[in-house]
Amino acid sequence: MRTTARRTGAAVAGGLAFALALTACSGSDLGGGGGDGDEGGGDAACEDYADYGTFEGDEVTILSSIREQEADQMEDTFVDFEECTGIDVVHNGIGEFETQVVVQAEGGNAPNLAIIPQPGLLARLVNDGYIVEPSEQTVTNAQEGWTEEWLNYGTVDGTFYAAPLMASVKSFVWYSPTAFAENGYEVPTTWDELIALSDQIVADHGADGVVKPWCAGIESGGATGWPATDFIEDMVLREAGPEVYDQWVTHEIPFNDPQIYAATERAGSILRNEDYVNGGIGDSRSIATTSFNDGGLPILDGNCFMYRMASFYEAQWPEGTDVSPEGDAFAFYLPGDDADSKPLLTAGEFVGAFDDNEATQAVQAFMSSGEWANLRVTIGGVTSANNAVDPANASSDVLRLAIELLQDPDAVTRFDGSDLMPSAVGAGSFWTGMTEWIDGADTQTVLDQIEASWPAS
Amino acid sequence: MDFFLNDKFGQMLLVIIAFAALIAVLLAIAWAADKWVGKGRRWAALAVFGGPALLLLVVGLIYPAIRTFYMSFYDAGTNNAVGLQNYIFTVTNTGAVIAFRNTFIWVFLVPIASTLIGLIYAILIDRSRLEKLAKSLLFLPVAISFVGAGIIWKFVYEYRGAAQEQIGLLNAFITWLGFEPVRFLQDAPWNTLFLIAVMIWIQAGFAMVILSAAIKAVPTDIIEAARLDGVNSWEMFRNITVPSIRPSLVVVLTTISIATLKIFDITRTMTGARFDTQVLANQMYDYSFVFGDNGVGSAMAVVIFILVIPLVAFNIRQMAKNRSVRG
Repeated sequence: MRTTARRTGAAVAGGLAFALALTACSGSDLGGGGGDGDEGGGDAACEDYADYGTFEGDEVTILSSIREQEADQMEDTFVDFEECTGIDVVHNGIGEFETQVVVQAEGGNAPNLAIIPQPGLLARLVNDGYIVEPSEQTVTNAQEGWTEEWLNYGTVDGTFYAAPLMASVKSFVWYSPTAFAENGYEVPTTWDELIALSDQIVADHGADGVVKPWCAGIESGGATGWPATDFIEDMVLREAGPEVYDQWVTHEIPFNDPQIYAATERAGSILRNEDYVNGGIGDSRSIATTSFNDGGLPILDGNCFMYRMASFYEAQWPEGTDVSPEGDAFAFYLPGDDADSKPLLTAGEFVGAFDDNEATQAVQAFMSSGEWANLRVTIGGVTSANNAVDPANASSDVLRLAIELLQDPDAVTRFDGSDLMPSAVGAGSFWTGMTEWIDGADTQTVLDQIEASWPAS
Repeated sequence: MDFFLNDKFGQMLLVIIAFAALIAVLLAIAWAADKWVGKGRRWAALAVFGGPALLLLVVGLIYPAIRTFYMSFYDAGTNNAVGLQNYIFTVTNTGAVIAFRNTFIWVFLVPIASTLIGLIYAILIDRSRLEKLAKSLLFLPVAISFVGAGIIWKFVYEYRGAAQEQIGLLNAFITWLGFEPVRFLQDAPWNTLFLIAVMIWIQAGFAMVILSAAIKAVPTDIIEAARLDGVNSWEMFRNITVPSIRPSLVVVLTTISIATLKIFDITRTMTGARFDTQVLANQMYDYSFVFGDNGVGSAMAVVIFILVIPLVAFNIRQMAKNRSVRG
């Protein structure tokens, strides 16, 4: 009798643990909806949302890689929309989005919408038959807000599938305006000036081997290497130009083409130059084991002066850092060969729909609109290349600069190349190859290896 | 009803009630099966008690295994059959040699080192005054996840150039002694050994706990008889302790081997499998989920499965043997 009682106890305890685990999982699905209406939800001007129609109790789920504060900020954009249309928008941000979205789609458990950061992944989902075409209204919105080029990234085999949502600028160099002012350095506007400035810093500070002109770090766990691929892509845009860049990304020219070799060598003239890197951390090889989050921090200690990293690095500066044009940290545009040419490397996110329910289409259309882009930029932390966005709405100076660059008609923008390549290259051999390259491998050997790994079909 | 559907606490309560109801139904069926009279009694009991387990086994293990095996003969999107191509790729791709070599080193070193350290430690602290404290100290890392351990050790191994201030514990010590800082995670092939050290750090505690229990189970009359015969400590260890705990030793060795064959988290967290530290399980994950090639990933999973079979078989045979010895 005693053993029976104990076993029942164990079964109940096990049941409780199991139940807790279940609720813990379902909590993120059910509890993630659009906030509590403190963002001026009550006095919403519903005529702005009249075009989207009214729905009773419909739920639309969005899957994305956006989490924590950024997710809260994004969910705030739906408060009025939910109130006026009656749609419950449920956002679910997860780590490992790239793998999970495919697993969910293959498992017949797809969300209604997904925010996809890579055109390559979008193409894979389209080719596997999961993504459906958006409504007429989304297409119109996207065409009004975004340039031809941005629309192309949401297009697979000539059919438009996904409107761009947000954008970020990758061609940024972070620096310390105060340190520049103390040393009398000017922000360079051409590549030659940039190199001259680097040499000047070596001459002024390089004696003890601690202070160097550049900082760098490409470690990122399983994704180690991606910051180096961004560097190479920026160099391809400058060395070979946007046309060659397009051919390279689509494999019309081989990955180990001489022009790509030259661009890689140009990146190496900074990243593999022991006089230039890696301030405050070590030599060139130490870049491979320095995480990209920490890579730029020696700027604050005066151990290095420049760090090439995207606009989103703003979030990495420690609390209390003055990020402004005269402060402790700010960014300048990574110059082109001359001051007039402005090759700009960008990245962005695209909203793809897994079904054509009316509620899904209404949310998708809202997210493609200029109103949404302005609303989102005003809340803060992100940039958009939607030309309806007023740069004055940006939440910081860096983001304002990024939006101005994104909207600059002279800028030649290209999307992050590794995100466009097949994942075996873009998330595979390109990352590993660049890590080996930083670790000292021969440039030609590395490029040949990446070329050999390009999928046949 | 609103409370149960929309409130988090309500949802939890609902799930608990549902689960309790399920348990009640299962117990009722089991009770009914127990009361069954007649020829089918044996089969009814078997179905009721074994059925759910078998069902879960089929859904959670057998079906996925068959599906993985099936997918391993197809291309990336499981659309066209490609024969043995994925298997050929698994053993011939540029990283294959390194992944197989490293996995072999892992599976060779980790079980032996962990078991040895655990065994020696267990004997040294056996019946000492601070045994419980000493045991908990070595056992602590077992409770840390592989990813957590990886992050901790990444800080221990952290490298800074010779001219810089060292922030990694080991390199701070090495430079304090006047030597050049070491790139623990970057210089192949030694970096694999430094990753292996982390796994040993985790597994030694597990080995120690099991072996310590086995040592305590050695009958005292054997030990006393040996003492009367005048054996020294080494002879006692060699001729009495080790043979007595041999079954436990084998189980510990094989269990750690199986865990090591699946090693994935430590390499992924600490080096991202770069600098020639790739191992089979991590390569399988890369191909399946990062590169989106289900065919090659499945083939690699099957290869790992085949490599595990002898270890599992040996483990099971050993456990069966133990049972027959004990009677």
